[in-house]
Amino acid sequence: MKNLMRRFAPDQIRELVLLVLIAVILLFFNSQIENYFNARFFNRVSASVSIVGVLAIAQTLVFLTRNYDLSIGSIVGFTAFFVGQYLVAHNDMHPVLVVLMAIGMGALMGSVNGLFVAYGRIPSIIVTLGTLALYRTILVEFSNAQTILTAKLPDWIVDMPRLNIFSVGDLDFRFMVGVMLLVVIVFQLVFRYLPYGRRLYAIGSNPDAARMAGFPAQRIVFTAYILCGALSGLAGFMFLSRFGNVTVVAGQGLEISSIAAVVVGGVSNNGGSGSAIGALMGAIIIDLIENSLIRWPVISEFWRDSILGILILLAVASDTLVMSRLRNMWARSELQLTAVHAEKQDK
Amino acid sequence: MATLQKIFTRLKSWEGFLLSILVVIVIINSTQSPAYLSLNNQINLFVLSIEKIILALVMTFIIINAEIDLSVASVMGLAACLIAVLYDSGVPMGWAILIALLAGAACGLFNGLWVAKAKLSSLVVTLSMMIAYRGVARILVEDRSIGDFPEWFDALGQKPFLGPLPLSMIIFFVLLVIAIIILQYSAFGRRVFVIGNSSDVARYSGVKVASVKLTLYIASGVIAALAGILFAARLGAVRGDMALGFELDVITMVLLGGVSIFGGSGSLFGVLISIMIILNLRNGMALSNLSGHMQTGVIGILLILSVLVPNLVNQMRAYLKRRQIVAAKAK
Repeated sequence: MKNLMRRFAPDQIRELVLLVLIAVILLFFNSQIENYFNARFFNRVSASVSIVGVLAIAQTLVFLTRNYDLSIGSIVGFTAFFVGQYLVAHNDMHPVLVVLMAIGMGALMGSVNGLFVAYGRIPSIIVTLGTLALYRTILVEFSNAQTILTAKLPDWIVDMPRLNIFSVGDLDFRFMVGVMLLVVIVFQLVFRYLPYGRRLYAIGSNPDAARMAGFPAQRIVFTAYILCGALSGLAGFMFLSRFGNVTVVAGQGLEISSIAAVVVGGVSNNGGSGSAIGALMGAIIIDLIENSLIRWPVISEFWRDSILGILILLAVASDTLVMSRLRNMWARSELQLTAVHAEKQDK
Repeated sequence: MATLQKIFTRLKSWEGFLLSILVVIVIINSTQSPAYLSLNNQINLFVLSIEKIILALVMTFIIINAEIDLSVASVMGLAACLIAVLYDSGVPMGWAILIALLAGAACGLFNGLWVAKAKLSSLVVTLSMMIAYRGVARILVEDRSIGDFPEWFDALGQKPFLGPLPLSMIIFFVLLVIAIIILQYSAFGRRVFVIGNSSDVARYSGVKVASVKLTLYIASGVIAALAGILFAARLGAVRGDMALGFELDVITMVLLGGVSIFGGSGSLFGVLISIMIILNLRNGMALSNLSGHMQTGVIGILLILSVLVPNLVNQMRAYLKRRQIVAAKAK
């Protein structure tokens, strides 16, 4: 038992549980729906997860520091629309520049959020509720009630969602999924090994202690918001590429999906725990449920929101009630081990 | 002279600041359009947002208590859909209203149990229930639009009830008086403030924190259901997405009124003035032909400023005080 405990941390157990949950969901719907798991279903879920997954990482960044970003959906809509508009006017723009433009636009909006949260000391929920409305307003006002049309976009961006990296059987691993996985892996490493990542956790676990320990807490929260905005900008670009036709309401509600994903994925809103891979698995679970419920004949599609809401609540409840107990158990056994170790050394 | 000074100190408080903004807005609006100051327009601007300002009353309690309720708009939608579906299937309207109010109470109780007993963060609980209650409303009416309520029910929302005032406005003023008495002059109100200041201190002093929170959430659910019913009566028809996004406006009203998001301070007087500011601002913007989206954006900026400005003022004050102390020590 002790050995097992040393090998697995509570958070790894949580990730294992999420993995099992994904398998259970797949098996359940597989027994309910005929021809459930096919190539089309895989593509639909993976295309949708590649956007929500990136947003989940963006949300994780600020979530770790005990903050929220509710303006993510508006940032996605904003970048998707204006990058699209620019592309329609300048069809020959280099793809790399387009992506950089989307990321830069998002980072700019994220920095506005970060400025108010970190340096203005306004609670993040207030700031981002405000900018949620503000960014959307700017979008609606400056769009002249136009719609971006697929036909007017350059071919490379329209074809990108179908770009394949490799196939296993008839399951295609698309380019967008690769981009999302790259983001997840990079941030998993950042969270786990870079000083910057560890500081995010420190600020989230105890903001006062982090400040007293001399961390530039304001700057770290500020940069977390900039990165969050930049990733949302990237997601905005992916959104444009996936849907092609973008209206002024694009991306509405994505902030809820991203929060749902990170919460189910075990990123704690009290800050200080969670991982990029967990957030990704949260995104997969939510998308899997959403896309499966639509095809489940037993209930109407209108049940989706209710089930989703309850699911998020249960995820948070289990996190608070079970995980805190597990962590205590681990901490206690760790203490015993060090005590035994100290005794041996005394002899 | 002394009275002048008194007026000056009053003006320096947040409420005084809001009051002077309100005066400026009223003056600007009345120069923009002659119709603005008419009694009809003044009643109308209240009626157009009456559901939100009723919700702002109970939201004040919850935010002073250092919690939040994001699910109010969804409970509104749920209650409205519930009466529509019940009435549609032959239940008398009176019973339907009662059942909707009870459903609101049940929603509030459910939120409250998770927040008060399981001690989860109210933000996450009410955010997920915001999705879930909205989902139930969608299950009830799907993508239909249900109308054809009895005439007396529509009249309640649309026709004057007492003199020129519609019923919803009378309900608002009655609730306002009750809320002021409870918050400012009762033991329960003091407990709400104490818990908002420090939940631990409140517990150690023998305040039943959980039961106070539970009461507030149930009240919030019932009032939200009431607001939803009034909304249905005013519009005369019900859809699954009605009142979507109202929570932003309600929270803005409360925070602009000087209620601290960290809990423990605020007054209903401030909230009332901030309600007047937002209503008159929206009305003025509508009179000068600004789009609804532009209005939402302005409200968003207002929300941020309402917290940023007091923060900056406090920092400024602390800075000046420190300089004074340093200067005094140097002497």
